[in-house]
Amino acid sequence: MILAGEKIQAGEMATAQTEIKVTPAIAAEHGVTAEEYARIQKILGRDPNITELGIFSVMWSEHCSYKSSKVHLKRLPTRGKLVVQGPGENAGVVDIGDGLVAAFKIESHNHPSYVEPFQGATTGVGGILRDIFTMGARPIAILDSLRFGEIVASKQTTEEEAAKNRRILDGVIRGVAHYGNCFGVPTVGGEVVFEPCYSQNPLVNALALGIARKEDLFFAKAKGPGNPVIYVGAKTGRDGIHGASLLASAEFTEESQQKRPNVQVGDPFVEKLLLEACLEAMKSGAIIAIQDMGAAGLTCSTCEMASRGGTGIEIDLAKVPQRETGMSPYEIMLSESQERMLLVADKGREREVLDVFTKWGLDATVVGEVKDGELLVVKDHGKVVAEIPAHPLAEEGPVYHRPITRPQPRHETKEDWFQFAAEGTNLTGNFKMLLASPTIASKRWITEQYDTMVRTNTLAGPGASDAAVVRVKETNRALALATDGNGRWSYLNPKLGAMHAVAEAARNVAASGARPIAATNCLNFGSPEKPEVMWQFSEAIDGLGEACITLNTPITGGNVSFYNETLRKSIYPTPTIGILGILEDASKVLKIAFRSDGDAIVLLEEEPSYNGFPVHPIPRNDQQEFSSSEYSKTLSGVVAGEPPVIDLRAEGRLIDLLVALADKRAVRSAHDLSDGGLVVSIAESCFAAKGLGAEVTLEEDLPAEYALFGERGARAIVSVSPGELSELDQTALQFGVRVRQIGKVTRDNVLRIQYKGRTVISASIEALRDVWANSLERALKLS
Amino acid sequence: MKFGVVVFPGSNCDHDAFHAIGKVLQKPVEFIWHQSEDLQNCDSLILPGGFSYGDYLRTGAIARFSPVMKAVAKFARSGGLVLGICNGFQILLEAGLLPGAMMRNSGLRFICRPVHIRVEQTDSPFTNAAKKGQILTIPIAHSDGNYNCDEATVAEMEKNRQILFRYTTADGRDDVTGNPNGSLNNIAGICNRERNVAGLMPHPERAVEAALDSEDGLVIFRSMIEAMVGASKATA
Repeated sequence: MILAGEKIQAGEMATAQTEIKVTPAIAAEHGVTAEEYARIQKILGRDPNITELGIFSVMWSEHCSYKSSKVHLKRLPTRGKLVVQGPGENAGVVDIGDGLVAAFKIESHNHPSYVEPFQGATTGVGGILRDIFTMGARPIAILDSLRFGEIVASKQTTEEEAAKNRRILDGVIRGVAHYGNCFGVPTVGGEVVFEPCYSQNPLVNALALGIARKEDLFFAKAKGPGNPVIYVGAKTGRDGIHGASLLASAEFTEESQQKRPNVQVGDPFVEKLLLEACLEAMKSGAIIAIQDMGAAGLTCSTCEMASRGGTGIEIDLAKVPQRETGMSPYEIMLSESQERMLLVADKGREREVLDVFTKWGLDATVVGEVKDGELLVVKDHGKVVAEIPAHPLAEEGPVYHRPITRPQPRHETKEDWFQFAAEGTNLTGNFKMLLASPTIASKRWITEQYDTMVRTNTLAGPGASDAAVVRVKETNRALALATDGNGRWSYLNPKLGAMHAVAEAARNVAASGARPIAATNCLNFGSPEKPEVMWQFSEAIDGLGEACITLNTPITGGNVSFYNETLRKSIYPTPTIGILGILEDASKVLKIAFRSDGDAIVLLEEEPSYNGFPVHPIPRNDQQEFSSSEYSKTLSGVVAGEPPVIDLRAEGRLIDLLVALADKRAVRSAHDLSDGGLVVSIAESCFAAKGLGAEVTLEEDLPAEYALFGERGARAIVSVSPGELSELDQTALQFGVRVRQIGKVTRDNVLRIQYKGRTVISASIEALRDVWANSLERALKLS
Repeated sequence: MKFGVVVFPGSNCDHDAFHAIGKVLQKPVEFIWHQSEDLQNCDSLILPGGFSYGDYLRTGAIARFSPVMKAVAKFARSGGLVLGICNGFQILLEAGLLPGAMMRNSGLRFICRPVHIRVEQTDSPFTNAAKKGQILTIPIAHSDGNYNCDEATVAEMEKNRQILFRYTTADGRDDVTGNPNGSLNNIAGICNRERNVAGLMPHPERAVEAALDSEDGLVIFRSMIEAMVGASKATA
């Protein structure tokens, strides 16, 4: 595609008369459909010029307008007692007590991270950090939910592809690390998952959390005609033009590599200065509104601030600090250069604001002012180059009820499912293979490249607890955050998969001792133009909604990422959920490590029936369900069947119990059961401890592999000193959760699992730790 | 007795050092802006970690030209205590206030994790409260911590007992497995000949509270406090 701006020199454009006559064909090149073009003509009452077309095309791109997802997102629960700001602002905000609020949000940067992994990841992190401090909150933590194609050759992945995936992973990790480390916010957690479907479409979802005093929050609402509009931060260049609209709003083809110039370039040093300067300027009281320039840059920040405030805005592009000469209005309006902010100051106090930015060595210039009416007027050296009503541009974009088709049900027989090993088989070897699978193996090699401790608030960094836990200085509280998603389950059953993602994230937060209070979501899907993808999306929304209502975690924001497909192949539908929790007493944080020899290992699980109601609405078929597990995929390559059924109320009871146990200091460690099931959780609790092993005895009316590696929800293991077992029993009874002592922590440094009287797993912790701790690094060193 | 924490653009452990001194150790502490040549009568200075000036060009290479560094050099020449942590250490090297230079970590990656360092000398204002041979568990977080200098310089430093901390294993052995970044002779921290300027790559300000998993960094700040108390007694 030819960017129109390349042909036009700055200053050559006059009102609506341009060198390039806008035709429906040019509109189509901008991704604007015939109906959308007609809508533009109706709003303007005339044909748009090329700059105006560019502005509409980015604002109405899928990425900025949510045109395919809007009608579904309405079904999500967004209100709650603690919600201060729901979706629609730069980030969601919740009340965390003591006059403080937490701002948090997760966002995708998938396509840029494939095209240019390092810069794609850095700008993903940079963008979400700006969303947080734009609200007036100081960022205190970053989490990254990352998904890559397989890094070791397999049936589905060639060695060439695997090598490419390793390079993508390396670039993304370095990018995430570079930005967060330099900016000075700890990267405290997240996930790293591997599936063949992400081979040419990695998912990079970055979440940031910040803290502010409630009265110091800032919003992006322009107010007061005559107030100056100030541009601050990095200069505008030609990087990232159409970043959001082209990269994030269309699927990939062989030519995608040519889109590398559309990827923005990040500079964490400038962003750090921008953070300090913005927070300092906000304290002056001279700032009325502020919005970062992310996707669609100057276009989005001007029209959204005007639209939210019910005002107009006029700017002159000649005043915009520019990195390059000869930029056209089109290019300046569409540039996605990073580390920039637009703010509205109190008239007469602009000097105070400008002085703060000068102190931090940043460009700050008055580029325009708030106007009466509702027009966005863009001038270039005094000449009008675009004139668009701000509200229709920002809020009245197209809304699509895309066709939805339920795909043909998969016809599977017993032969397609996982075949359980014969009773009594020794499973030690299989268990080691499971521990070595990159999704299960330790991510230490990755997380050690992140500064996990800067700002000295990290009470539980990566892997220490089920959630990342950061304290809030000046209070007794801490905040816990977890991100989760299960693409494979969402592929097999989008609604169930989405529910499990919410339940697991909430369970992880509770296993750190914190009460889950709110959620943010990043919805990664294929092309919305495919009815089957829209069915997945719609189902997932229903699942998210139901789970968030039951678990009392309203969704406060997030983003939708469509078009995650390359060469017509969609990724697994992958809703990623971030859940925030409050720990009232930071000293009560729970970690996964076993603490001492002789402690009882106790399994907390859903009651098979509670108050007389059956909890399994669907009869369970063990073989069918187990075929969706990490074990089934790793050991036999089978990805089939159905995710485990879910009982959200049981999940809620377990969450309440975990929070109560932490509050009473009744348990010494806690770890939920998820990927790889019971034995993986027990092994991880051993690995996190020093010189401790475990002895477990189980007896169930189930195949051994199902009992040991099944991934049913609403379960966690805790360890308690033997003297406190009866108190644990009583507390669990109150919450309707079943308690089963299944073993004890030992000092002999061995993990031994007996099933139905036979030893099915027995290995030294050191041997298991070696496999678990080093597999990822070994796999990555192949390249 | 007053500490000053120098703030360069891009410093990001400034608040952590401030918190460690002001909240945990309850001593007076102030920020000093990089453009100021006024050290506000501080009795000792901390150059904190971070990415001063984005660490562009080379770590610490631009920060050394900050106006504040003129004042820091003068302060150091007059015997004032200066501690550089991580990026602060790199700046002191670039400013010539400490000998040697930093290279990329031998693994060419940023590393953040707790490491063990052994206190080699206790006759310095930064280690006087520690025991000789004491092993401290303190986190590192850097890309460029691979300390290097020529043979004559390292021999000189050994002779003058300027090597204050060495990377070591948990049980105190000099072993390559204890060295996270390839530093020459496992060097983690050094002081100048006059013993009033020191730098180390590990972050003692991150190891000052049990909730953060280690309090081993306190001994370094306590040493500085004792040294300042001693100095003020001597002048009184």
